[in-house]
Amino acid sequence: MSTSPVTPAKTFSSERMKRVFENRNASSKVMNLFITAGFPSKEDTAELILGYEKNGADIIELGMPFSDPLADGPTIQYSSEKSIEKGFVMDNIFEIVAEVRKQSQIPIVLMGYINPVIHYGVDKFFIKSKEAGVDGLILPDVPVEESGLIKLASEEHEIPLIYLVAPNSTDERMKLVDERSGGFVYCVSVTGVTGARTGNEVDESVKRFIERINKNITRNPVLIGFGISSHKDAMKISEKADGFVVGSALINNIRSLEADKNWKQKHFQFVHALKFGS
Amino acid sequence: MSTKNTAVAPDATTYNYPNASGYFGKFGGKFVPEILIPALDELEREYKLAKDDEQFKKERLHHLKEYVGRPTPFTFTKRLTDHYGTGKIYFKREDLCHTGAHKINNTIGQVLLAMRMGKKRIIAETGAGQHGVATATVCAKFGLECIVYMGEEDMRRQKLNVDRMRLLGADVRSVTSGSRTLKDATNEAIRDWVTNVDDTFYIIGSAVGPHPYPMMVRDFHDVIGLETESQCLEVEGRDPDYILACVGGGSNAIGIFHRFLDKEHVKLIGLEAAGEGAQTNKTAATFSKGQPGVLHGSLSYLLQTHQGQIALAHSISAGLDYPGVGPEHSHLFDTKRVDYRPVTDTEAMDAVKRCSMLEGIIPAIETAHAIAWLETLMPTLSKDDIVVINCSGRGDKDMGTISEYFYGSNGHS
Repeated sequence: MSTSPVTPAKTFSSERMKRVFENRNASSKVMNLFITAGFPSKEDTAELILGYEKNGADIIELGMPFSDPLADGPTIQYSSEKSIEKGFVMDNIFEIVAEVRKQSQIPIVLMGYINPVIHYGVDKFFIKSKEAGVDGLILPDVPVEESGLIKLASEEHEIPLIYLVAPNSTDERMKLVDERSGGFVYCVSVTGVTGARTGNEVDESVKRFIERINKNITRNPVLIGFGISSHKDAMKISEKADGFVVGSALINNIRSLEADKNWKQKHFQFVHALKFGS
Repeated sequence: MSTKNTAVAPDATTYNYPNASGYFGKFGGKFVPEILIPALDELEREYKLAKDDEQFKKERLHHLKEYVGRPTPFTFTKRLTDHYGTGKIYFKREDLCHTGAHKINNTIGQVLLAMRMGKKRIIAETGAGQHGVATATVCAKFGLECIVYMGEEDMRRQKLNVDRMRLLGADVRSVTSGSRTLKDATNEAIRDWVTNVDDTFYIIGSAVGPHPYPMMVRDFHDVIGLETESQCLEVEGRDPDYILACVGGGSNAIGIFHRFLDKEHVKLIGLEAAGEGAQTNKTAATFSKGQPGVLHGSLSYLLQTHQGQIALAHSISAGLDYPGVGPEHSHLFDTKRVDYRPVTDTEAMDAVKRCSMLEGIIPAIETAHAIAWLETLMPTLSKDDIVVINCSGRGDKDMGTISEYFYGSNGHS
């Protein structure tokens, strides 16, 4: 543990991820969509990812369900519980990614908690990630100082780690996160857990935070998330960033369409509107 | 793990954990969302200052004496000793602390620290309700806002404690996510903290959680071991041969063990709740059945499924019904300094009865797990061996469970 801070950072980004940010034209934002693997069912996940891509998603954040997701709000906890109840296992993650890779080169980053990764075996996890075509890993319960468990495997298998910064992160902390992250840096727009929020909450304090982000995070692109539920929110909040992340709002939308036979089609319309406004 | 083989530390025999990164050997750390890093850094800084501040120390000791009722007695249990016919059994009477358990040693310490840091909003998690009551109590005493997260299922099982907390002015919030028990209440408290990090102090109730909590909670309970050491010296003229304590998260155990860790001649035994059997699915025996993993901010032994999901714990004792254990205990388990053994529901309930009838002390069911181990230990001892049990809490809160178990009704119906 004590030796890690002096090791020079070796970070990298996958070709798929680089292309997304290089190809972004100045007028549009990169849209990263979060989806819980196995929600509403295992069979739906790959299809949802491909549909998201067709409707404007640039990056997919694939959630690895965990029983005790303490950085997430009730929405993502709900979808994780449902997925686990239906028999989700870690190998399903790699099956889903491999299936998407047959048809698509959209960057996929895995998001989850460290315990299932330790239990699966850190090396095995990174090997399988590489084989399947994973582009990065976000573990919100592993801050930089605890990265010792995964850092070497990440470097060896060239799956970058993506860290988070929050409004209460110091300038030094932001620089450190930037140095250790590969692909992009995930900016949490409010102090709180994940979950859709309404207008004003998103509004206020964000501006100053984003100014600090742009000053301190210079190596990586910046995506902003937590609390975005509409195109309007997304455009406003990511005005001075490279793009935005939406998660809970998608799950809420799926749940609201539960009884609908054409739920996927309607859900994809929602996704399209998130990116393009209609 | 950071010391090289060639460098033998001159104080290698002195127990000195955690290290600067919050690790007890391989265990501990700060596995928390980025938002909490500044809060934990601040807490660590402030705790270090407070710890060395004579005024803070004086104030804490004052409240431990005048409000908690310390020092607690060191009671020779004659009839229990006669029952086994070997050794000498003493109880360290944490059950006589104000609110009925050791928990308040810690909440007094943390609430004083919160006030020193200018935090006015206190949050806590609780399982059986003892830590919730101890937190609500100190918040009432010092006039602070208090929010206690408690699983819906636990609120049903521990209605009396819910009402005690409400009477003390706490806002008890029902947690309906996950298994609706202690681990989910802890998740919810952490989420509250993430959201209200600027003005809120989180009083964790056991020696678990991210650094510096396991260290801080241990230090606030260290008084148990300190008193035990001097009381035993006074009565017996020497250290005990054995110290027994129950281990859930492990706060009472680390409180009485810590002082003795460097004294190899004192054998330390931690009793974990085996529920219906350590190898069954209805158990809370973390060391017997768990593997290292991360929950609630630290790396420690953990009950988990074959997919690394957190398993549901089971114990008849709500206070031991937790799938994890404090990281310092994991270190003491791996280094074999403490011997951890499982005790079943049945063995614990038998001990509740035995202790009540022989000593006139109705122990908490948690505590009874330690008392139950006498059945195994005492026949192996000689006449002069001194055994100390940390009598961590009294059993009044468990009367519902006890009535149901022995007399077939829960007393509420």
